[in-house]
Amino acid sequence: MFPQLSLMVVLPLIGAGVVFALPQSLRKRAREIALFFSAAELVLAVNLWMHFDSNDAGAIQFAETHQWIPQIGTSWALGVNGIGLSLVLLSAILVPVAILSAWRDDKSPKRRANYLALVLASQAFMIGVFAARDVFLFYVLFEAMLIPIYFMIGSFGGAQRRYASMKFLIYSLVGGLIMLLGVIALYAAGPGGEQGFLTDKLTGLDLSTNTERLLFLAFFIAFAIKAPMFPVHTWLPTVAESARPSTTALLVAVLDKVGTFGMLTLCLVLFPNASRWAAPVIIVFAVISVIYGAILAIGQDNMLRLVSFTSISHFGIMVLGIFAFAQTSVEGAALYMFNHGISTAALFFAVAFLIQRRGSASLRDFGGLQKRAPVLAGTFLIIGLSSLSLPGLSPFISEIMVFIGAFPVVPVAVIFAASAVVLSALYILLMYKKVFTGPQAPELDNMRDLSLRDRVVTWPLIAIMLVLGFLPGILLGVLTQPVHDIVTIVAAEEVGK
Amino acid sequence: MNWTQPEITWGPLVPILVVLLAAAAGILVEAFVRTPATRRVVQIGLALAALVVALGAAVVQWATQEGSGTVVLNLMLVVDRQSLAWQVMLAVFGILTVLLFAARTRAGEEDFTALGSTPPGSLDETRALRAGLQVTEVFPLALFAVGGMMLFTAVTDYVFLFVVLELFSLPLYILVALARRRRSLSHEAALKYFLLGAFSSAIYIFGAALIYGATGQTSFTAVQTAIENLAGHDPLIIAAAVLILVGLLFKLGAVPFHTWVPDVYQGAPTSVTAFMAAATKAAAVAALLRVVYSSLYPLEWELNWLFWTISIITMILATLIALVQTDMKRMLAYSSVAHAGFILVAFAGFSPAALSSLPFYMLAYGLATFGAFAVVTQVRERTADGVVGGEANRLGQWAGLGKRAPWLATAMTLFLLSFAGIPLTAGFVGKFVVFRAAIDEGAWPLVLVAVLASGAAAFFYVRIIVLMFFTDVPEDQADLIEIEYSPFTRAVVVFAAVFTVVLGVFPGPALAAAEDAGVLLSSLTATVGS
Repeated sequence: MFPQLSLMVVLPLIGAGVVFALPQSLRKRAREIALFFSAAELVLAVNLWMHFDSNDAGAIQFAETHQWIPQIGTSWALGVNGIGLSLVLLSAILVPVAILSAWRDDKSPKRRANYLALVLASQAFMIGVFAARDVFLFYVLFEAMLIPIYFMIGSFGGAQRRYASMKFLIYSLVGGLIMLLGVIALYAAGPGGEQGFLTDKLTGLDLSTNTERLLFLAFFIAFAIKAPMFPVHTWLPTVAESARPSTTALLVAVLDKVGTFGMLTLCLVLFPNASRWAAPVIIVFAVISVIYGAILAIGQDNMLRLVSFTSISHFGIMVLGIFAFAQTSVEGAALYMFNHGISTAALFFAVAFLIQRRGSASLRDFGGLQKRAPVLAGTFLIIGLSSLSLPGLSPFISEIMVFIGAFPVVPVAVIFAASAVVLSALYILLMYKKVFTGPQAPELDNMRDLSLRDRVVTWPLIAIMLVLGFLPGILLGVLTQPVHDIVTIVAAEEVGK
Repeated sequence: MNWTQPEITWGPLVPILVVLLAAAAGILVEAFVRTPATRRVVQIGLALAALVVALGAAVVQWATQEGSGTVVLNLMLVVDRQSLAWQVMLAVFGILTVLLFAARTRAGEEDFTALGSTPPGSLDETRALRAGLQVTEVFPLALFAVGGMMLFTAVTDYVFLFVVLELFSLPLYILVALARRRRSLSHEAALKYFLLGAFSSAIYIFGAALIYGATGQTSFTAVQTAIENLAGHDPLIIAAAVLILVGLLFKLGAVPFHTWVPDVYQGAPTSVTAFMAAATKAAAVAALLRVVYSSLYPLEWELNWLFWTISIITMILATLIALVQTDMKRMLAYSSVAHAGFILVAFAGFSPAALSSLPFYMLAYGLATFGAFAVVTQVRERTADGVVGGEANRLGQWAGLGKRAPWLATAMTLFLLSFAGIPLTAGFVGKFVVFRAAIDEGAWPLVLVAVLASGAAAFFYVRIIVLMFFTDVPEDQADLIEIEYSPFTRAVVVFAAVFTVVLGVFPGPALAAAEDAGVLLSSLTATVGS
């Protein structure tokens, strides 16, 4: 069979190499070349989706297994079920958009080429992580991903970039290293052998209660840092504020999904008993994240920080959905991973338009833009409304599924978390009010409205949100079965013990 | 007492003999080739040729060897796959060392002084150079050291081990003292290394004497048998074992026997530092493995705590001290001490997997070490009037290196990431196999400390990356740094960088070889005590 997923991992890497090594004469064309590679990747992703058999969405499809390091027990094993597919699709959609949004961020062609090479390299690792079927491979790509992101923050960010990149790296690395401990110990507990790291072989192990709990924690801490959950979320606002909006958009919309993706497809599947054991505490932290993120978002003046806090809140909802273990809530969370990716990326891009035009991310520097830039205002409003889960836009469905599914299981948690919906209305509408209504500041007289490129960046994302808002079945079709399988694993163990 | 001539199988010793004979020939070259330029070329050629031949011979032996190896000398010397693996590695390290020794700056300056009493750049020095006092004996000295280290990995007798320990230590004492610049530091380093080295040798030989006193044997295998046959505990054996291990841990540079490391690494010529950090450490690990797994193995219960304790304090202390270093070479020195701690993790519970994981670890670590120090030699100070001076070792001077020399800075980044154990570099695979060896023995608390120390250590590696790439060159210092260019040094950097990536992405063949090497051959062919 054609190794389509391997190709999808390798293609952006080749793109990164090409863009990085472009001769000086061609460097001006770096953006077009990078866009070409990411567009090709999108075509491959859509092709993958078209050939994906939705009737068998729970099964791993496009599977390929090649020997890699038999001495360690790891193989180059890729394959996606419906959940992996949705996230591969998400990253393939957002990377070209991010490249477009960063079109004018650099003046020097060399720097621009370097940035685009890093974006493409990070895409390769993202796709790889979502498609990995081998725990070691997952870990390697999970950690390797840090390197391009680290340079994207540290080399191309704002004033605080050095501090931010260091904070990001240390947080992620400590989480990753603890996970490494778990990865090694998991192999030791498994059947071993030359392919002993395959996820299939590590599923359903008969672990002692304590081992399972320790392993669960080793994995979960890494994912919680990535996701980012209270109290290990503090790196995100720092990074969001200091990095480029296009970097942050990719980071929050796609990369951080590795955290929730890992919880869903590794923690729950590999350690079902420990997941149930830890669920009450995790749900408490998830609810704290939801409310804490929302409250802090209201108080922010820097728009990038504001959006990052809203994401902490939204990630809390996903974690709540996952650890409620109900079919509807987990399905909602899986759907939310995709929808939140689109909606948050769009929000970051919209904020980026404002920052590019005004040179400041502070809400105080804006006001009354509605008349000056009506298209921008409308676009911003729709994207903002998606973030506060207005019915008709896709995040609404996923959020409501989480709440409805989780309510019978953890009613109190859902009641608290649902209050965040009210808070989210507050922070989004307040932001809109401060930027677009009221008296217009004189500095904004020359504000341009959305250019064609800006529209190409945001409107397709809005279209996706609208389509999925009315027809969520398109995605749910591939998510229901894999989620059902996971929920069954967690529930079955409950009966067994 | 009857004396029978020992039977020696010379064949398997070819790699070692070639290196040692070439070293002896190098001394003759010193005496008979008078023209400095010719002498230099001859010495470099001789050294490289000897090491390449030794490498080839060792590889051929590896490929053609049947079974697990040959007992070269009953009870004293075996050449098994474990030893061959180290010999191949040391030969490669030797070649890299000779290349670094041979490197010169654009102005023709070497790492080594022509005459100890002449200040660098002075008229006296020029005169000394004209008089043909150029130091070319560094090449035979390096060969003696490499040959000694190769032999060190094959020795299976406590007294013989001591002799070989001195064989490779003595040339190092001289090499450390030969720095051309910062001569006082170099002298201090040499004296410190010599005194503490002599001290640790004394501790070691005391341990060997106690072993003989307790068991009546000096051969590893015979001692092991004697320990196994012992009824109950013998405090003498424990004391002897601890003293012997201390002697070896000194060479490894583990806390609390590490105090010489930062000073010596800083004071020695950088090429010598690279050699010591990579090769001496590899030889020490090889000997430690052989001593522990073929002789002291029955003492696992008694000695395990020693490895745990030293490993933990080494990792924690070295990492913490490295965090506050401001000198590049001292920072790398403390990083090498921290690595000694990671190395000792593999010994937890005397896991047999240490025998196959540590050769890979040392290869990965050694390559990154050579690469990093090679880069250090290329970043030089420059005075306002354009004279290129010594190495720019203050961390602040590395600011903006990514702009000045993007490829060099990228290579350095790669080595630092490998030190830090980031995936897709050789260092990660090395850490992985070592940690796995420990976890197999249930030593996960030790590994937990190790991963946390790795996380903290990443901080000071990454700090250098931040300096190189994310910090702009201060306005007033833009002209004060010169990037040197020596084809020899660049070759070392490229070689180390390529293999750091290759061993990180496709470590399969190397790991398979290391697994083959994971068995020690007993040196016993005849009955003991006859």
